[in-house]
Amino acid sequence: MPDDSESTSADLKLPLLDQLEEGPWPSFVKDLKQQASRRPQVAQLLQQLEESYENRWDYWRGTVLNVSGYGGGVIARYSDLGEKYPDVAQFHTIRLIEPSAFVYNTESLRQLADASEEFGAGILQLHGMTGDILLLGFDNEKMFAAAEALMEQGWDIGGSGNGMRTIPCCVGPARCEMSCYDTLKLTSFLTKRFIGELHRPEFPYKYKFKLSGCANDCANAMTRSDMPVIGTWRDDIQVDEQAVADFVDRHGEEWVNENVTSRCPTRCIHLHGRKIEIDNHNCVRCMHCINVMHAALAPGNDRGVTLLIGGKRTVRSGEMVSTMLVPFMEMKTDADREALADLVERIWEFWGEHGHDHERVGEFIDRVGLGTFLDGVGIEPDPQMVLNPRSNPYIKFEEYTAPRLEGEPQKAANVLPREPEVTEIPFGGD
Amino acid sequence: MATEAKRVTDIGPPHFEKFLHPMIKENFGKWKYHESLAPGVLAHTGPAGTIFSVRMSSARLVSSNFLRMVCDLADKYADGYFRFTSRNNVEFLLANKDNIEPLKKEITDKGFLVGGTNNAISNVVHTQGWVHCHSAATDASGLVKVVMDELAEYFTSEKLPAKLRVAVACCLNMCGAVHASDIAILGLHRTPPRIDNKTLPNLCEIPTTVASCPNNAIRPTSIEGKTTVKVDEDKCMYCGNCFTVCPAMPLADPLNDGVSIWVGGKISNARSEPMFTKLAVPYIPNNPPRWPEVTSTVKQIVEVYAANAKPFERVGEWINRIGWPKFFDLTGIEFTKYHLDDFRHAGTTYRRSVQNRY
Repeated sequence: MPDDSESTSADLKLPLLDQLEEGPWPSFVKDLKQQASRRPQVAQLLQQLEESYENRWDYWRGTVLNVSGYGGGVIARYSDLGEKYPDVAQFHTIRLIEPSAFVYNTESLRQLADASEEFGAGILQLHGMTGDILLLGFDNEKMFAAAEALMEQGWDIGGSGNGMRTIPCCVGPARCEMSCYDTLKLTSFLTKRFIGELHRPEFPYKYKFKLSGCANDCANAMTRSDMPVIGTWRDDIQVDEQAVADFVDRHGEEWVNENVTSRCPTRCIHLHGRKIEIDNHNCVRCMHCINVMHAALAPGNDRGVTLLIGGKRTVRSGEMVSTMLVPFMEMKTDADREALADLVERIWEFWGEHGHDHERVGEFIDRVGLGTFLDGVGIEPDPQMVLNPRSNPYIKFEEYTAPRLEGEPQKAANVLPREPEVTEIPFGGD
Repeated sequence: MATEAKRVTDIGPPHFEKFLHPMIKENFGKWKYHESLAPGVLAHTGPAGTIFSVRMSSARLVSSNFLRMVCDLADKYADGYFRFTSRNNVEFLLANKDNIEPLKKEITDKGFLVGGTNNAISNVVHTQGWVHCHSAATDASGLVKVVMDELAEYFTSEKLPAKLRVAVACCLNMCGAVHASDIAILGLHRTPPRIDNKTLPNLCEIPTTVASCPNNAIRPTSIEGKTTVKVDEDKCMYCGNCFTVCPAMPLADPLNDGVSIWVGGKISNARSEPMFTKLAVPYIPNNPPRWPEVTSTVKQIVEVYAANAKPFERVGEWINRIGWPKFFDLTGIEFTKYHLDDFRHAGTTYRRSVQNRY
C-alpha cells in the first residue's frame, strides 16, 4: 500500500536504531524500516523509538478501551509525542485469541496480515504472553472497524484485565509423543465454556490457564499461570525392551548410567546390562528418562492431568510456583472436561466472594491458608499437596474457632465439654 | 443502532482442526517417537508417516511483510502449514523430507537462522519495551537483538549441556517470563514515582491509586484544596503498580533505570522441580543501542556454564550442584549486599548449615 506522504524511510534519521541492523540475529529495525518505506505511521513509530533510545525514556501512556459488548482485549496506548508524531498519537493493540497450540495455515495468517495493514500499522506480535495474537497500531476509530472486520472473518477478541485470560497450550498430541491428554481440545473447550468470563472481566484479578501435555511443561504453566493443567499418568512407564537394548548398544552402559539412571530424582530406574528396571511406585513422573530415551520409554496408559493452582510472578506479593490441587483427574471425555469446569466455577465463586481487589488466587490462598481454600471449594486434603506437614504447633482446631472467613460454612460443632465446666478460676478459696 | 442486534460476539478462536497439516491429523495422539536430524530440524513419526519441523529464528515484533514471507515459504515447502512454539519460534511443518534443505537454504538466504532445538538457545521470550509499553525501564526488542547477536552460534548449534532459555522483561511486571528462564534480563526502576500534582486530580481515581500499592506507601493528601497523593519513599519498592492505574505518577528515570541479570530458572519438572531465577547482577546502566555490558556478561555466564555443567544439567541445576559461591567465583560476578533477599520469605534463602565450600 504505497503512500504519497512526505515521510518515507529515505528521510528517516535513526543513527542509534541503525546500529541494530547489523549482526546475525533477525533485526526488527530492518523489518520495520522496510515497512516504514510504505507506511508513514511505522516511520513515526521508529522516530519515536529513536528518541527513546536517545533519551532512555518511553513515551507511552496506557489505558483500556472496549469493543462494544466486550470488557477487554484492547490495550490502548497514547504517545506523549503525539503532536510531533500524529500517526502514532493513538497506537492501540488488539488481542485476538490464537488457535490452540499456535497452529496456522497460510490463508489464516494472510488474513491477519491484511487486517493489520488495512486498519493498523502492519505490525504484529506473535505471540503475546498469554498466547494472544497481537495486532498493533490502531487509532480509536479504526480499532473498532478492525475488530468488527476480524470478527466477521472468524477471529475473536482476547482477554485482558480482571478476567479469565486467553489460554495457551503446548503442541500436545498434534506433534508430540509424550503428551498425556489432548491439550488442544481442552484449550478449545475451556475457551468456549468460559468465553463470557474471558470477554467480560469480573474477578478480583486476572485468572490464567496454561495447558501442558506432560511435566516438561512447554506451555510454561506452573510458574506463569493461576491454573496449570499438566498431563500425567498413574500406571507404569511403558518400556520397549528392544528399543532399550538398541539404545544401550548405541550409547554404552556407562553413558546410560551417568545420564539417565543416576539423574532420576528418586533413583527408581536401574540398568541391568541391556535391560531397564523401574520401580514405578517411586517414580515421580518427572519425564527425564523418557525425554532422553523417548523411542524406548513412554508414559503409561492410565493418563490424565494434574491440576495445580496459584502460579504467578512478582506483583504484588512475590513470585509463586503453583501448588498441587488435584494430583490426578481423568481428561478424556467431555464429561471429564465438564468436571474440571465445575471445579473451576467453584474456585471462582469462592475466590470471587472472598478475594481482595487485585489479589491473584495464589496470594488469596497464601492469605487464607490452603486448608480454608480446600474447604471453600470442596476438595479433601491430600498429602500430595505438601512437601511436608506443618512443623509448628499453632493448630487452630475448627471446633474451637470462629469461621475463618465471613460466610464460611461452619461444620457441626463436636466440641467436647471441658472438665471441670468452669469459666473462671478463683484465686485462693475456702 | 439496529445493526447491533445482528452482531455475533463471543465466537471464540477459529477451530484448530482446520489448521492441522493432513499428516498431523492422521497421526494426532498416535506419535511414536522423534529424531533430531540437525540443529533446528526435528522428525516426528507416527503410524501415518513422518512430519519434519524446521525451526527458524524470528523477532517477536514483526511486520506484515515478514508474515507474508513466512506464508510464501510455507506454501512453497510445507503445504501451507506452520506453527509457532511457546517461545515464539516459527516452525514449518513439512511432509516431504526433500524440502528440508531447500527451505533451510532459502531461510538463511533471507537472513534468518535455522536452529533453536534441543541443547540450544531457543528464541527469546520478551516484552514490549520502549516500542509499546508504558512502564518500561529498558527496551526489550533491542536487548534481545544484541544478546542474540552475541549468542547466535548457540542457536544454530546444539553444543550446550542442555537447553538454555533466555528471556527479557522491561520491568518487574515481568510479562516476559524472566522468573522461569535459565538466563533472564530484567529492566529495573530504582527511584520512586514522581507525582504530577497538576494533572493527578483529573487523571486518577484516588482510592484505586492508594489501593494499588503493595506496600501501602501511597496516602491521599491535599494540596491547595485539591486531593492528590503522596508517596512514602522509604516504603516504595519501585514496582510501578501505581503508574499502571495512575498515569500522573511516572516512574521512568533515564539516569537511574537500568538492567539486572538473573539466572537458574527452570520450568520443566524433569529431574529437579521448577525453579525461579536468582539474582546474578543487580544493576547495569542502560547503554543503548547495543548494551555491551549486558551482552558480555550474559555471554560470560553462558560460556562458563557450557564449560562446567554436565550433560542435561540446566543452569539452575548446575549452580545447585556446585553451589552459589562457586558460581560467583567462576563467572567473576561480584556478590553484593543487594544479592541478599529482604522481601517476604527472605529467611528461607539464608543458609542454615555449616556446610561450607571452598
